[in-house]
Amino acid sequence: MKNINLNDRNTVVIIGSGAGGGTLANELCQQGVKVVLLEAGKKQSTKTFVNDEWKSFSQLAWLDNRSTSGGWRVGKDFPNLPAWICKTVGGTTTHWAGASLRIQAHEFKALSTYGSIKGANLLDWPITLDDLDPYYDLAENKMGVTRTNGIPGLPGNNNFKVMYSGAKKLGYKKCNTGRMAINSQPRDGRGSCQQLGFCFQGCKMGAKWSTLYTEIPAAMATGNLELRAGCHVMKIKHNDKGLADGVLYADEHGRKKLQKARVVCVAGNSIETPRLLLNSATKMFPNGLANSSDQVGRNYMRHTTGSVYATFDKPVRMWRGTAMAGIIQDEAKHDPSRGFVGGYELETVSLGLPFMAAFFNPGSWGEKFTNALDNYENMAGLWIVGEDLPQESNRITLHPSDKDQHGLPVPNVHFDDHPNDKKMREHAFEQGTKLYQAVGAKDTYRVPPYPSTHNLGTCRMSLYPKDGVCNKHGQSHDIKNLFISDGSQFTTSAAENPTLTIVALAIRQAKFIANQLSTKII
Amino acid sequence: MMNKQKESKRTFIKLSAGILTGTLIATSGLFSVMAPARKWSLSLTALPDNVAEAILMVTRHIFPHKKLEDAVYALVVKDLDNAASKDPAMKKLLIDGVAMINKKANNNNWLSENYQDQNTIILSIVNSDFFEKIRGTSIVSLYNNDMAWAHFGYEGASYEKGGYLNRGFQDLTWLPEPPHNISPPKYK
Repeated sequence: MKNINLNDRNTVVIIGSGAGGGTLANELCQQGVKVVLLEAGKKQSTKTFVNDEWKSFSQLAWLDNRSTSGGWRVGKDFPNLPAWICKTVGGTTTHWAGASLRIQAHEFKALSTYGSIKGANLLDWPITLDDLDPYYDLAENKMGVTRTNGIPGLPGNNNFKVMYSGAKKLGYKKCNTGRMAINSQPRDGRGSCQQLGFCFQGCKMGAKWSTLYTEIPAAMATGNLELRAGCHVMKIKHNDKGLADGVLYADEHGRKKLQKARVVCVAGNSIETPRLLLNSATKMFPNGLANSSDQVGRNYMRHTTGSVYATFDKPVRMWRGTAMAGIIQDEAKHDPSRGFVGGYELETVSLGLPFMAAFFNPGSWGEKFTNALDNYENMAGLWIVGEDLPQESNRITLHPSDKDQHGLPVPNVHFDDHPNDKKMREHAFEQGTKLYQAVGAKDTYRVPPYPSTHNLGTCRMSLYPKDGVCNKHGQSHDIKNLFISDGSQFTTSAAENPTLTIVALAIRQAKFIANQLSTKII
Repeated sequence: MMNKQKESKRTFIKLSAGILTGTLIATSGLFSVMAPARKWSLSLTALPDNVAEAILMVTRHIFPHKKLEDAVYALVVKDLDNAASKDPAMKKLLIDGVAMINKKANNNNWLSENYQDQNTIILSIVNSDFFEKIRGTSIVSLYNNDMAWAHFGYEGASYEKGGYLNRGFQDLTWLPEPPHNISPPKYK
């Protein structure tokens, strides 16, 4: 691994090593750019991952204190755990289920397509599907997405068989085992999926794409990367011209260090990214960096979610095999006749017994709860992933008094469902319930949203600086050498799982940054 | 012995000083996990015997899995006893909580009430910190152990066994098989 001097002013510093940061690091290193990659978490491996939900949760999840407010159920059930995302090398690509879907053309034009909606802060993306398609191609090839590049789909498990039979009965046409960044056959030096069933706990086969064992080692191999794990960035620094010139971080021993930088890219996920910009406020930038629009931290989106579980009189054993084993896309269209704008995907989901107990209906007890768990072997499940609308008041702010282990204000996550979100969730709950009833469910259960895994939009891209934080390349409108490189960039959430888009944007951004560096614009 | 096993499970809890013990029911699926032992015991470090026994039964009321062994519920007691040994305030909360339900019972003895009367008393304290502490502890402790997994049929870690690719991930036969363009054959 390359050693990059703390005073080297010619390096790109990337904060966060997940889908955005890990990919961006590799893409820049491949183009000969020197990169310091700072990751707050520790490094794990396929060897150290554990097939145990609670143990893995302690190993991978971001457990630093956070607070919540607003009317959302997650804030009541998990007041200090608004998001289920990771603090480890590879970020949440260790935990994600692998669903790799392109955002649809109309979803990039949410404002034009849906029109102005009361309470929503809708905007069109400054890019279109045509702009991003070439990068989606590159991302799918890089990640080995099934049903692209001649890669066969994965075999569906028992949970999928139940979904598929129900989908057919409901007349759905677009149901299959999905586009997944999980090897259905050996590829790219990694083996094929053995259907372990612990996708959320870090794939011990390495069959699921994660920057931990793909992008990051590839970047290392170029000799241009220095990865520093256990390094929590506290502040981004700037010079008197208002350009970013370094980052202050606490290393694994808690020692404060200042890394000089030519370019700073923030990819800390949609809670930590705005938190860092806000925590970096100075006299020159009193509202935080890149925040002349006052949009930093706003428009927080987490997808309209929920799950439907159903019990049958015969075994399903849904935990066997991939967590996201199949998808129904018929409802992902924009069809306002359903009473809401935007659409949603239905995807199988399964939880092991420990997490089923914890997430089934948080706070509940008694016979309804125990009857459901008594039928755990006979249970099938699906997860709703729908577009939620950006609202200015849904936002990440700094807590006025609570501090983290580094003395920094913790982030508060405020969220209220928009009426459109509620209507969509209700529709999806009903469809999911009908689906399982059509194949003979004994009981069906509406399960409330889990802590958010899809965190989006808090530094959104916009055509005009007044509407958002960064431009179509993720470059902040205010500071030309400061980039947003994760899902915070999303102008709207769309209905699709976000990782593929985060990766495609990172590839595109790397090309832009490399060009700007070589032409000495930044 | 067989006759005894048909009796109420309650009679299987034997208290000696500082130890909560019981015997597994013969038909229980837990023998695969517990074998060859059939007796279980829990040494208490902070809670008095009668408090521990009451808490085990309170847990059964909050999460009433009729066929789940006391041995599994005892794991909740174990975790609460542990918490009580580290935190005097926790110990007081639990001891006072049991005193509270005893006070609502005949003869100041909640455990001696029949199940229905016990349940009525529990329903009257659902907003107490005592109830919430037991509920919140149970939601993890009760379901995160080998015995519970064996009981509910959950199979736990699979990596060591090669996953489910050749061990039943597609063994559901009560519904039609999806076609291969929908769910392709597995890689060989």
